[in-house]
Amino acid sequence: MLVRAGFRRHSTYRLALLAGMTTNSVFGFIRASILLAALTSANAAIGGYDKPTTIAFVWWGQALLGTVNLWGFSEVKDRVRSGDIAVDFLRPINPQLAYLAGDLGRAAINLLGRGLPALLLGALLFDMAWPPSAASWVVGAVSVALAVVVAFSGNFVINLLAFWLVEIRGITLLWMITGGLLCGLYLPVPWFPDWLRTIAQWSPFPSMLQNPIDILAGRVVGADIASAVAVQLFWATLLIVLGQVVLRAGRRRLEVQGG
Amino acid sequence: MADARVPLSQRLRPYRVLLASRARAQMQYRASFVTDILGTVGVGLAEFAEVWVIFHNVELLGGLDFKAALLVFALSNLAFSLADMFVGHLDQLPVYIRAGQVDAFYVRPLPLLAQLMTSELSMRRIGRLSVAVVALVVALTTGAVAWSPATVVLIVLTVVSGTAIFAALFTAAGGLQFFLVDGSEFTNSFTYGGQYAAQQSQQVFPGPLRIFWTFVVPTAFVAYVPAVAILDLPGDSLAPPWLAWCTPLAALLAWGIAGLCWRLGTRHYQGAGG
Repeated sequence: MLVRAGFRRHSTYRLALLAGMTTNSVFGFIRASILLAALTSANAAIGGYDKPTTIAFVWWGQALLGTVNLWGFSEVKDRVRSGDIAVDFLRPINPQLAYLAGDLGRAAINLLGRGLPALLLGALLFDMAWPPSAASWVVGAVSVALAVVVAFSGNFVINLLAFWLVEIRGITLLWMITGGLLCGLYLPVPWFPDWLRTIAQWSPFPSMLQNPIDILAGRVVGADIASAVAVQLFWATLLIVLGQVVLRAGRRRLEVQGG
Repeated sequence: MADARVPLSQRLRPYRVLLASRARAQMQYRASFVTDILGTVGVGLAEFAEVWVIFHNVELLGGLDFKAALLVFALSNLAFSLADMFVGHLDQLPVYIRAGQVDAFYVRPLPLLAQLMTSELSMRRIGRLSVAVVALVVALTTGAVAWSPATVVLIVLTVVSGTAIFAALFTAAGGLQFFLVDGSEFTNSFTYGGQYAAQQSQQVFPGPLRIFWTFVVPTAFVAYVPAVAILDLPGDSLAPPWLAWCTPLAALLAWGIAGLCWRLGTRHYQGAGG
């Protein structure tokens, strides 16, 4: 129910979806040009990515950009601030699950309306590698869903910090900037120098984008697919549990005036 | 014609007062202001990291080595953050339109565009600006710059024209917003997309895309074309060194189109309803 509501809410703005797709495609073109030029210059694959898989990296990244909520949301923060969160606590469903359901619906419409058209455009215009096997397709889809969950749960925890802090803009910014760099949107994580790659691998950010892309682009195959998904499962569970703990603590702290 | 006798400084006074008040207002909440500045420093550093990570893997990208690429990065980021600081909030026009604030601007006795431009001065963009300035200083001192008076003139000309080009893109986007409203993200493809394209060696792009970024949305003139001349590189058919001196021309053309878009947009605008 809530998933469908989220889907319908975001599908109302068709022009916005088309606009998002156009912008994603322009960025896809630019990024594909840069990365291909780098591969030509290196005259070899970099970090396991050759030309067709790099093209797949770029366009899956652009397709999933609108699907996975990388840049975060402020709805929950605003409700904590205004006190409306109290209404959410009164509902018979756990607020975290309710918002997660809405976000999954948002993700679905963005994948269908904004992501897949951009992906098809990329596949038409470039020599792109498709997922190498049926297993890659299926596990890739699961991995995308997990990425949506990880990104949502992380952002949810950040939003809840509004229970304790007056202004969480600084933390949101920091989360967005580190996340944007480490999740593998601009460049594949395997291209990073060792120290930066280590930092990325110990953070939840690659689970939000790099892991599903690795599977769908076919850079990760066989038994490694399982470990990529296992890492995502770990972060999804951890962040959901953390969200619940923070939500409870916040609930105890919450005082809403009313009459 | 009493207006004509009022000196220019008097006529510009309202704008100066407006801008100063906007700047002061932003610095009232010190902690919030510092956070915002650190945030834009972070954005600048992340943009730089993208360039740096690529050069961690390769020696040359699009015919440029790291120092040359740093110059292109610095010039484009400097121009973009200056333009963003002065007119970047035109991006928020759909919000103003929906809230009916544009109507409020219309009843005041100053031109709409001038009012909108001075309605905000995003001081926080200083963060990203400073990253660009540091990058420019490093690039100019360590790179193989063919110093001469002409080079100095060219650098200044580039920064001014580059800022004008990005400001023109924001203004054109603003004009189109009157038609788009919900589809406001369309214009991101040539404002933010243009910035992303501008900070690359143009040689990475396939031919049609290069022509697009040179002659349609002229962001190649912001950094790459001047950098070829500043570093005395051979260039190629689409970026010969003499083309660098055409940068102000590109800015003028961009402003011609921006003016047109803005006029079309404001003529189309019917008000937010009463």
